[in-house]
Amino acid sequence: MAKMRVDFDRCKGCGLCTTSCPKKIVKLQTEKLNKKGYYTAVCVDDDACIGCALCAVMCPDCAITVGGDNNG
Amino acid sequence: MAEKTLMKGNEALAEAAIRAGCKCFFGYPITPQTEISAYLSKRMPKVGGVFLQAESEVAAINMVYGCAGSGIRCMTSSSSPGISLKTEGISYIAGADLPCVIINVQRGGPGLGGIQPSQADYWQVTHALGHGDFHALVFAPASVQEMVNTVTKAFDLADQFRMPAVILADGLLGQMMEPVQFEECEIKMSDASKKPWAACGHKNERKHNIINSLYLKPEQLEDTIKERFERYEKVKANHTEAVCDYCEDAEIVVVAYGSTARLAKSAVDAARKEGIKAGIVRPVTLWPFPVNELNEACRNAKKVLTVEMSMGQMVDDVKLALNCSKPVEFLGRTGGVIPKPAEILAKIKEMGGND
Amino acid sequence: MPEFKRPHALADITTHYCPGCTHGIVHRLVAEVIDEMGIEGDAIGVCPVGCSVMAYDYFNCDMLEASHGRAPAVATGVKRANPDKFVFTYQGDGDLAAIGTAEIVHAATRGENITVIFINNTTYGMTGGQMAPTTLPGQVTQTTPYGRDTSVEGFPVRVCEMLSQLSGVALAERVTVIDPKNVNIAKKAIRKGFEFQKNKQGFSIIEVLSTCPTNWGKTPVEALDRVRNEMIPYYPLGVYKEGAVR
Repeated sequence: MAKMRVDFDRCKGCGLCTTSCPKKIVKLQTEKLNKKGYYTAVCVDDDACIGCALCAVMCPDCAITVGGDNNG
Repeated sequence: MAEKTLMKGNEALAEAAIRAGCKCFFGYPITPQTEISAYLSKRMPKVGGVFLQAESEVAAINMVYGCAGSGIRCMTSSSSPGISLKTEGISYIAGADLPCVIINVQRGGPGLGGIQPSQADYWQVTHALGHGDFHALVFAPASVQEMVNTVTKAFDLADQFRMPAVILADGLLGQMMEPVQFEECEIKMSDASKKPWAACGHKNERKHNIINSLYLKPEQLEDTIKERFERYEKVKANHTEAVCDYCEDAEIVVVAYGSTARLAKSAVDAARKEGIKAGIVRPVTLWPFPVNELNEACRNAKKVLTVEMSMGQMVDDVKLALNCSKPVEFLGRTGGVIPKPAEILAKIKEMGGND
Repeated sequence: MPEFKRPHALADITTHYCPGCTHGIVHRLVAEVIDEMGIEGDAIGVCPVGCSVMAYDYFNCDMLEASHGRAPAVATGVKRANPDKFVFTYQGDGDLAAIGTAEIVHAATRGENITVIFINNTTYGMTGGQMAPTTLPGQVTQTTPYGRDTSVEGFPVRVCEMLSQLSGVALAERVTVIDPKNVNIAKKAIRKGFEFQKNKQGFSIIEVLSTCPTNWGKTPVEALDRVRNEMIPYYPLGVYKEGAVR
């Protein structure tokens, strides 16, 4: 199953992706700031991710990819 | 050359634009230049060109911006109040280094002013055709034939130097009928093939082109402007024009442009017949202003007289060019009143031409 | 395997938009439509003055930057010279519905074959959140500090309703991007607009109810709620006009 991946430095931590995840597993982490100074979105349960890409659909910054070679 | 035909100045300008490959014309009605639009609305569809009457002068100049930005030869025309509206767009055109031709068939101002001939837009066209550091090429033809000849040159130089070119006419030139000859030529509408910078669709063959005048870093904007002014220096060096008559021994040199220059020429001819050593300099390009040509022509002059259909605008540039080396006097009529050759002759005499 | 990646027509750079600003979503949708129609090489975009002033850097097709409000006139110039290219403008509410009202109305009534993407976020974002022509009654902005008083500042402009009265308009549709379902609808509307253009069937405008979390003083997620609860009731979503005009 393809999983969602967040581009750590491209994410602006807006949280729109967290509103659309049907599994409620996309969260804003509060441990590490990226180089722009944002707490970024993460998938907190990779196994539960169904790769639906609804998080990516809501991302204004194209910081989320699903499938392709993003797991490599 | 084809046979001579009798044409109104505005219509001759319009026909000349088509022959120069101007594919698109965006206009808006205003006296005394409306014949340009009317003529092109008839002709453009027959030669594969585009005529569009815009909703405003502002829209028309922005259509020119878009069309020129896509690499296509295009033109707009107006008269004084309409040119004021276009100045925003002209500034953007200059800032994005786009070539186009703009015609101003001047009428009296300020405000609605009048609809009779005037030269009161000299300052605007040479010094303040919009906000920011830039120039437009400015041509001031003095006859219908010269207007025709100027159009192709204006388009070519605009393309070569990537800057707007203005043909500064007036209601007299626009409305008068004179015999004109057009060179035989095949009408060929311009395309973007020689403009690699144009935003005309990259066809997946190159990086995307951007037509823009926004530079948020001051140093970058300064560099852009400096590069533009280096181009202006090349224009000054190679494309400044003036016509000088009887100046070799002239003690009084009259300086006038456009239709006023023809009136002044009559006065100078009359003065010569009376034995007065008068000469005339007619700036053909107002920007660049013919500084060297004027100084050369005034070498033997005792006095200089500037004649304009305004309260005195070009006279400032004449004084600057001569740099206090000669006394400069002024004769002007304004508001649509045309100076008579007899008035100019009287002024020449008053200045001591018959002592 | 489902895949989701950046469309080719969207430049691979980080935008200057604030976190949660839905400009980014709309940019992506336009780019996806350009990709799916295979028209990047024939597309020419015109940016406005406003927050999306630098959109010329964000799309990989040829772009022009217009002066404030004049994008429809600039697009007209491009399109008349290049009738077979795809020409779109991307404009905000101050640009389109205030200073550029004449240009948008006349491009629409001429049935200009262009596609207009209109971002309505009820404020002037770039200059710091002043009253826009679309600012809602009562809305506090930098220049309506006591709330927009309709007896003083008048009423918001409903652009799709207004333009749908014009014979040159092939598509006037209001959409939003506040959830995946609406994002999908928005993308279909943008696609429709480009299809009308492809078939030379008239002017198309897609109004996108958008957010401005920064100037609204809300979190990005709260901003989505404001669109849902305050904007949509005033600016109902839907198709206001659809059908070829020629």
